[in-house]
Amino acid sequence: MTKKQIFITSAFTENSVWRQILGICSALAVTNLMMNSLIMGLGVTFSLALSGFTISLIRNWTPRSVRMMVQTLIIAAYVIIVDIFLKANMPDISKQLGPYVGLIITNCILMGRAEAFASQNKPLDSMIDGIGAGVGYSLVLLLIGFIRELFGFGSIFGIKVLGAWWTPWSIMVMAPSAFFILAMLIWIINIKYYKPKG
Amino acid sequence: MDISAFVLFWAAIFTSNILLTNFLGMCSYLSVSREVESSFGLGVAVIFVLTVTAGLNWLVYHLILVPYNIVYLQYIVFIIVIAAFVQFLELVIERYAPALYYTLGIFLPLITVNCAIFGVSLFLVIRNYSFLQSISFGAGSGIGWLLAILMLAAIRRKLKEKLVPHGLQGVGISLIITGIMALAFVGFSGIVQIQ
Repeated sequence: MTKKQIFITSAFTENSVWRQILGICSALAVTNLMMNSLIMGLGVTFSLALSGFTISLIRNWTPRSVRMMVQTLIIAAYVIIVDIFLKANMPDISKQLGPYVGLIITNCILMGRAEAFASQNKPLDSMIDGIGAGVGYSLVLLLIGFIRELFGFGSIFGIKVLGAWWTPWSIMVMAPSAFFILAMLIWIINIKYYKPKG
Repeated sequence: MDISAFVLFWAAIFTSNILLTNFLGMCSYLSVSREVESSFGLGVAVIFVLTVTAGLNWLVYHLILVPYNIVYLQYIVFIIVIAAFVQFLELVIERYAPALYYTLGIFLPLITVNCAIFGVSLFLVIRNYSFLQSISFGAGSGIGWLLAILMLAAIRRKLKEKLVPHGLQGVGISLIITGIMALAFVGFSGIVQIQ
């Protein structure tokens, strides 16, 4: 596979959220505001890319029996960098994201890409695969965040777009709407791109 | 935080259910909920591990990380504590209760990567709970998670014979059911506010 193919496969055709149903926890939790979604997406992309690179770099020296622990520790190290960076530079967003930054470690996407791709491929390819998966994940987050923030607050990235006449739907800010929107998204994508077999 | 541990326990089950309002533990929730029996087994294991690791991580955080000023290592330390405890539990159960091991054993490795376990440990640090509050919050969250997965498994069993639109089959319909359950749980949210 060329590098471009790797990127497209992991970002779109095998998108972690809608094809493999991974990483839903944070996809639902942080999407009530678009800014949070964007920061979360960037954080995940950063950790995915660099942990993919590192895991792949040491893949031939990692004993199989402890590879899960090694992968988790590598991922955790990058997530700590993200966390410290957010705490130092964007304290407000860091407070809103709360535990969900730390939860990137147990986000199944990272483990999934580490196991499925980085432990068998070259470092640079793994990095591109990580960026692809991260971009795909961020797109889903931003899409859900867009719908929830637009209807829930009448704004996009905190800028009011719907005027004073708009009555915010408070349900959009609460938990249930996240489940419904993700279900609808999966439904639409399944109908459009994945035809039933036979 | 000056909420009594008892209130916190109920609040963790109903008003801020770990799964339905905090979205933690979704992966295993969606994949294991095909059968009621296995959902129950996993749920019980989650309750136990959650309660103990909440206590353990509280002790580790306040007795080791804070005095030695290495709080920034909390993520790595928490993960190691959880993984080590699950491993230890697996050995003990296999040695002393083989029957239980066969029903519960397969779920134990799944628990290490269940974000509900890790999430609760992070919550108790962020919200500054006391030791007693942490344990009751952990137990309550576990029971809340068991409740949610049991409900979904029971509904999915009923759905097996029903026609579901093609695109919604599997995860789609599970998410919609979860959304409806979350709507019902929003009804509890006015009782106590813990976050």
